Amino acid sequence: MTIRVLAPGMLSSVQDLGRRGCSALGVGNAGAMDGLSLRLANLLVGNDDAAPAIEMTLRGPRLQFTADTVFAIVGGEIAARAASDIVPLWRPVKVKAGTQIDFGALSCGARAYLAVRGGVQSARVLGSASVDINAALGRALVAGDELAVTASRFQNSDRVIDAPSWSLDPAPWFDGRGELPIALLRGEHFDQLDDDSSRRLFSSAFTVAPQSNRVGYRLQGARLALCAPCQLVSEGVMPGTLQLPPDGEPIALMAEAPTTGGYPRIAHVAAVDMPRLAQRRPGDTVRFVEMSLADAQTRYLRRERELAALRHNLSDRLNAWL
Amino acid sequence: MNAPQIEPLGDSAVIIRLGDHIEDAISDAALALAQSLKSSDVADVLDIAPSYASICVRYDMSRVRFETIAQRLRDAMANADAKPSIGAPIDAIAIPVCYGGEFGIDLDEVAQQCRIDSERVIELHCAGNYTVAMLGFMPGFPYLRGLHRDLHTPRLDAPRERVPAGSVAIGGAQTGIYPRELPGGWRVIGRTPLTLFDASREPPALLAPGQRVRFTRIDSTTFGAMSR
Repeated sequence: MTIRVLAPGMLSSVQDLGRRGCSALGVGNAGAMDGLSLRLANLLVGNDDAAPAIEMTLRGPRLQFTADTVFAIVGGEIAARAASDIVPLWRPVKVKAGTQIDFGALSCGARAYLAVRGGVQSARVLGSASVDINAALGRALVAGDELAVTASRFQNSDRVIDAPSWSLDPAPWFDGRGELPIALLRGEHFDQLDDDSSRRLFSSAFTVAPQSNRVGYRLQGARLALCAPCQLVSEGVMPGTLQLPPDGEPIALMAEAPTTGGYPRIAHVAAVDMPRLAQRRPGDTVRFVEMSLADAQTRYLRRERELAALRHNLSDRLNAWL
Repeated sequence: MNAPQIEPLGDSAVIIRLGDHIEDAISDAALALAQSLKSSDVADVLDIAPSYASICVRYDMSRVRFETIAQRLRDAMANADAKPSIGAPIDAIAIPVCYGGEFGIDLDEVAQQCRIDSERVIELHCAGNYTVAMLGFMPGFPYLRGLHRDLHTPRLDAPRERVPAGSVAIGGAQTGIYPRELPGGWRVIGRTPLTLFDASREPPALLAPGQRVRFTRIDSTTFGAMSR
């Protein structure tokens, strides 16, 4: 069974949870910008957590499903339609063979994830199916692409679009209004910020610059400065690292962060809030709140337990519907 | 040299810091420690990468907290002291380079800035014994130690939009090779026909951290022949 790409949308690509183990070669993580939404979409179709899915950015693709398929769409509010029928989000959906779906524009959030039961088949490069556009590992989808999907078992429906009456409440998982602050841990060079700057980091409303992308978000609105310039030797950085280049506009490294960098590292976005930051669009506001390493890790572990509980609680209902 | 310090790098990685500047002894120590930690197979470590004066260790934060991983790394380092280290291969890889002309558009500029002639730049570049201190910036991009002091040249004020794949370049006190066409601010003195990085190859990167490297001069005809 395949999915035919009729139109690619703004930026659609196959993603999973990224590459591990290659940073010594300069190969970074990549993977879904909002890994939480990808995992939830996979959960809703009974896939493994890290099954490859399609990341859709700002405006989604038009796809044709050549066989009966089960999928789920999770993330930003995307206007998905099969002809005039609205395709519901945050729940599994059965679609009939031959159906074309226009995934439309996102009215809130920056990214939505399409998980297909069985998983999208995509060549694994260095252990992961995820596309790293900046590193030229794989590429975004283009019209004419055909994505193979691993076949899976479910009861077929007669309807073009068939969804259960139940769905996942986005509230615990998704910042629908884009207003919640992003948790930030102090970085190695935080103490070298001048007093004004360290205050401004946590009191300013930054704006996501238009050229922000999967590599990093440039944050405009408050220029920050160190007490004294410092020349640093290149060393490791991570998705979430907040760098301060000479012009004073912080850069939040995102999924396609390079593995090393030479700019001062003033802070790090808490891993638990990376999905939230990844859902901010160019032009959106970002505010930061300081968090300790211990609290950030506690929050992350708590959410992992909540995900495990959700998977467990959903399993019977999902199997009954499938 | 300082005793290694372990600091958090956000909440899913740590930096083991050995120093704060580029120096052969520190870089060698970082390379050796990265190698030994890899062999130690520390639980819940996802990735280890050396840089000039530190090592970045990424760990599985869904399974372990910072304090625990830091202790495991300290234990591994203590045990490593008691065992002989596994060194990187001693043989240098020879990288063929066609210098100057269309392959090295900054060669004359580098010669001028260094106050020597272009031939001397090539001589000195080929005479060096280099070590890959780290890879970063892009898959397969090597940062090479060992550039002769007379060849140190500052980066361009503004990076070029396109530096051709295989370009051999100088940036400050470092020399490196662009694995593919990229924007870049280093001074391009030559080009190699070798493929620095190919994700479908095993191993994917031609040069790994700790690899010794030499440059050998080839002419454009040989370059053409090797490129096919």
